[in-house]
Amino acid sequence: MSLSAKEKVIVKDFFAKVSSRSDEIGAEALARLIVVYPQTKSYFAHWKDLSPNGAPVRKHGITVMGGVYEAVSKIDDLAGGLLTLSELHAFMLRVDPVNFKILSHCILVVLSMMFAEEFTPQIHVAVDKFLALLALALAEKYR
Amino acid sequence: MVEWTDEERAAISDIFSKLDYDEVGQKCLSRCLIVYPWTQRYFGAFGNLYNAEAIMNNPLIAKHGTTVLRGLERALNNMDDIKNTYAELSVLHSEKLHVDPDNFKLLSDCLTIVIAAKMGTTFTPEYQASFQKFLSVVVSALGKQYH
Repeated sequence: MSLSAKEKVIVKDFFAKVSSRSDEIGAEALARLIVVYPQTKSYFAHWKDLSPNGAPVRKHGITVMGGVYEAVSKIDDLAGGLLTLSELHAFMLRVDPVNFKILSHCILVVLSMMFAEEFTPQIHVAVDKFLALLALALAEKYR
Repeated sequence: MVEWTDEERAAISDIFSKLDYDEVGQKCLSRCLIVYPWTQRYFGAFGNLYNAEAIMNNPLIAKHGTTVLRGLERALNNMDDIKNTYAELSVLHSEKLHVDPDNFKLLSDCLTIVIAAKMGTTFTPEYQASFQKFLSVVVSALGKQYH
């Protein structure tokens, strides 16, 4: 599964369109991750405040979304472009890759919520593919 | 047996009360067929599924979307025994329709996304959690009779 040239344009255009609210998207997606899938909180046990609207969760959501935008800019070579992030997730964070899928779903739900008109099925499939390829690139250094 | 809190029951009822089954059913099923095209394998007799536009305008798909939502309503009305309520449906999907149970999750993800679009910020994280739990129980019940 790879992104066609057309899908890359769809993804880049859509993320550019919603970029002014990227912080909100990231914060909301991470909040939903820990509320809807509480097992993911196991990665954040070191935070004093795990409330979905608390500062640590919101700040980290913004960080994660920053990573997504970095991936958009490197859409032509995700594995190469995300090497450092992959090493971080593989050797330091050791996040089980199944969680990438869960977070991707939360991002899609938030995009659908915030941009109901724009998030058509055609854009949905391109973004879903992109997030899946992003996850694959992040897991590149795992083993 | 699945335990439901009052909040979960209220959230799930509230979500369903906001759904136009025809609208949401059509949107959910067509989105599933577009986003996960391999699911089209089960709809060979449904006419033109050639591209996204064809799928979104296909009346048979729309009609079937409504059927799916009505099926979910049965779970809503029998939340304390979804497993037995769905026993026959599970046999149907397994023996007659031969649907890979992984597909139930794909359709339920699309339903969540369609509902999120409809409800906007009123689809709170807590609502999403309750609905996700409901869908997980439904998906599990649908897969129960497979062997």
